[in-house]
Amino acid sequence: MINSLPKLLNAAAITLKLLSVSLIIGLFIGLLFAILRLNKNIFINRFAYGYSYLFRGTPLLVQIFIIYFGLGQIEYLRTTFLWTILKEPYWCAIIAFALNTGAYTSEILRSAFQTIKPGIIEAGKSLGIPNKIIFYKIQIPIAIRQSLPAYGNEIILMMKGTSLASTVTLMDLTGVAKYIISTTFRPVEVFIVAGGIYLFMTFIIHNIIKFLEKKYSFNS
Amino acid sequence: MNILKKTIFSVLASLLIIGNVYAADKIKIGTEGAYPPWNSKDASGKLIGFEVELAYTLCRYIGEQCVIVEQDWDGMIPALIMRKFDAIMAGMSITAERQKAISFSQGYADEVASLAVMKGSSLEGLDTPAGINLTKPNAAAKKALKTLTAALAGKTVCVQTATIHQNFLDSGDVGKVNVRTYKTQDEVNLDLASGRCDAALAAAVAFSDYAEKSGKPVVLTGPTFSGGAFGNGVGVGIRKDDTELLKKFNAAINKARKNGDISRIATKWFGFDASM
Repeated sequence: MINSLPKLLNAAAITLKLLSVSLIIGLFIGLLFAILRLNKNIFINRFAYGYSYLFRGTPLLVQIFIIYFGLGQIEYLRTTFLWTILKEPYWCAIIAFALNTGAYTSEILRSAFQTIKPGIIEAGKSLGIPNKIIFYKIQIPIAIRQSLPAYGNEIILMMKGTSLASTVTLMDLTGVAKYIISTTFRPVEVFIVAGGIYLFMTFIIHNIIKFLEKKYSFNS
Repeated sequence: MNILKKTIFSVLASLLIIGNVYAADKIKIGTEGAYPPWNSKDASGKLIGFEVELAYTLCRYIGEQCVIVEQDWDGMIPALIMRKFDAIMAGMSITAERQKAISFSQGYADEVASLAVMKGSSLEGLDTPAGINLTKPNAAAKKALKTLTAALAGKTVCVQTATIHQNFLDSGDVGKVNVRTYKTQDEVNLDLASGRCDAALAAAVAFSDYAEKSGKPVVLTGPTFSGGAFGNGVGVGIRKDDTELLKKFNAAINKARKNGDISRIATKWFGFDASM
């Protein structure tokens, strides 16, 4: 059992890499779509809503399968440059994770934008601050602060979601755990160790978010 | 209140009925249902294949009733050890590594492994003998391994996880290849066809079955493999402490072989006599 720990810890690094890359891309997607959701134009608004509805309404496993195995079936796609990306399981997983977390993040940010009191924006306007500056320097920072607790949850959910990467051949924490089981036939012990590592990562993420919440607290 | 009582009663009654079905002393046999022609499912979801038919035949010889249950390949041996079923018949080769965890009956069928590529691949038409045995590799077999090592260097070879095929690639006999593992053989086939895999390794029949059913230009290449990491035929996997059942299966296999049942069923599903 002890000798499988280094292998599992190495795999945890891959899990963290998958998580951080997809969170960064997902955050940009989320911010973009949150802004689109607030747009008055009905088509833009509906488009953004449709994206979030689609990716929040289907299981992540289905999304990753469609992107990996589904797109791989389209022969035309294999002749385009897109295939250099879609050929790699790593990028397929990143695309699926980023689109998924992007959908949730857009909802978190949208609701955060909507909870900003109109008085704050009006105060900015009355000081003669241009709308653009109000948006970037006032609305976005407040929205990010508002959404920290919910976004912390999303990070933890996404971290657990990365375990699905093993279904498209990536050797993440779950993938390596399964591999060790396939040679030792001892699922209980290996999964307990893997579960412990996931729990530890959750602990770290939870504390980072807590720290950020405190640091950017309105009362400080 | 009355309705509540009735509901509780009927739930309990149905539980008893369900309990009874399973309490009956049937031998439970686990199979994957995703490795044709060894075992697979028809369009209606019913388990079919060589081993499903053979399992019922063996149970007739044992004189007990059997139920066949489905289990994902990667959890097959753990599920047996945890008593989810009593025997494995899932195209599982008898290997020294597996014998550390479970017992095997004598082999009932054997069948070679092979690499497969898509037509037009640079790996097509390797200069190797038709088949090599790795138990005591002769000069020709050693030369073939060298040819394969050179040809597969830096290539991605796809296999189903926890198989003899994965063990072989991990053993280093063909150098450092980029091994990609999948949960099912179906997924291996899909990625071979999509071009994500440069080659795939599995039972030769698994590829010919896929080529036939999908119409995809999948071709076998290199030698067929047997012995060594590929084990000594396919047998019934049984828990180590279950020596009674092991005896029963061994006796049943003897009878079925003598009466020609195994070769008849094997010929029906494989197209050739894979019995042993």
